Amino acid sequence: MGKRVVITGIGVISPNGSNIPDFLHSLQHGVSGIKFIPQYEEFHFNCQVAGSPNFNLEMLHGYISETSLYGLKGKGIGFGIKAALDAWTDAGNEIAGQETLWDTGCVFGSSVADTDVIKNAISKVDAKESKKLGSRVVEQIMNSGVTAYISGRLGLANKVISNSSACATGTQAIVMGYEYIKHGMAKRMLVGSSEFVDAYVFGAFDSMRVLSRKFNDQPEKASRPMSMTAGGFIPGSGAGALVIEELDYALARGAKIYGEILGGNHNSGGQRSGGTMTAPSGPGVIRCIQDALADANISGNDVDLISGHLTATVADKFEVENWTKALGRKGEDFPQINSLKSMIGHCLSAAGSIETVASVLQLEHQFVHPNINLEDPNPEIIDLISKKNLPVSMVSREVNVIAKANFGFGDINACLIIAKYR
Amino acid sequence: MDRQTVLTELKRVLAPYTEDKEKLNNITEDTDLLRDLQINSANLVDIIIDAESQYNIEIDNDSAEKMTNVGNSIDVILSKINQSA
Repeated sequence: MGKRVVITGIGVISPNGSNIPDFLHSLQHGVSGIKFIPQYEEFHFNCQVAGSPNFNLEMLHGYISETSLYGLKGKGIGFGIKAALDAWTDAGNEIAGQETLWDTGCVFGSSVADTDVIKNAISKVDAKESKKLGSRVVEQIMNSGVTAYISGRLGLANKVISNSSACATGTQAIVMGYEYIKHGMAKRMLVGSSEFVDAYVFGAFDSMRVLSRKFNDQPEKASRPMSMTAGGFIPGSGAGALVIEELDYALARGAKIYGEILGGNHNSGGQRSGGTMTAPSGPGVIRCIQDALADANISGNDVDLISGHLTATVADKFEVENWTKALGRKGEDFPQINSLKSMIGHCLSAAGSIETVASVLQLEHQFVHPNINLEDPNPEIIDLISKKNLPVSMVSREVNVIAKANFGFGDINACLIIAKYR
Repeated sequence: MDRQTVLTELKRVLAPYTEDKEKLNNITEDTDLLRDLQINSANLVDIIIDAESQYNIEIDNDSAEKMTNVGNSIDVILSKINQSA
């Protein structure tokens, strides 16, 4: 029996809210953060809309030192710093301080280092001007850049890890932090993930023809998970972060407790049994969810809300089918399920952490956020789980246990079980 | 260009790299960039790059290594300005 792990702080920078109050308002009112990006039209992308947070690096005054902010160009790092430090202060901690926090660590993930910063390095080197790059480029093109900034600012000195597992990254980061605390290796972890999707990463997804391209003139309608007219996902950017800690540690300092992480798991389908580089294997997904339930010591019947991966591709119905098998529930007996991606698109590595912050808010405020753009649900999905489990407007109701999962390229799965603290 | 002018301009070059603005305002030729202004040693290369662009000069590696205090930095900058003049 491991230690109990609770959530004591949350922070977010999402396409539909750059702080917790704005994000909560958007969740409850189904506000889309998808916008038309004129540059993507110039680039002749098929998809010309994206989830882009209201953010600029000037917002980091007071978050990091002025000397550190000067020369910071990486937006993904900027998103991560803001979400992580907001979570840190939300948990009742101070940012400043000279102590070394040996009992507190950080798992913060991302997919790619900031390609804008890399582009600058490439163009200067190609122009034979590498001498002008200066000292601040390496720290921003290393994949561990975001954790280096966060842990350095706060003095985090337990395990400091930058994980990367494509779209499973965010949930995996939280599960990893949970495991360290549960097994007594750390008292407290700052966990989360960030993603800055710029034109280069976006273009590569666009070329795969997996992005929605029929709603460029109606951006807020473009992301349509589980819909009959779903035509691909919409890339988004942002970051989510949580402070999680051992229950006794939180109680001793009188921290506000948002909820408890009952269990979690991350695995791979091994790219076997239908799993490929780009598609998850059903057996891998089902095993991941069932192992998370077992770790939480609950059954599928105890789950009363699913925060799905559900990106708005043909994979949605396979995902729903996997959930029915993993929980052993279907039709009307299935729990309600929602996809935050309907509002903010698919924030890739940041998806899991932003969606977990949304889950924590639904637990705290006892509601289920709507699936927007689901006026025409896919009949095959209705057959599996019935229409009543696909809320299209906010539902105020008791929410006790949420299962949150994400699945990433490379056939990586991550599932988290969070619950009200009792 | 006289030493006092370079010293005054150097304050502007150094400003982004130190948190201690009061010490920066009171620098003298003896002020050590790392010890007194608490500048991160990695940032010395950025200061050299900024000085090169400020004065349109090129600072070679041997000269750059001398730029650890204000007086030495002024020496290097003035000698490079005179070379290019």
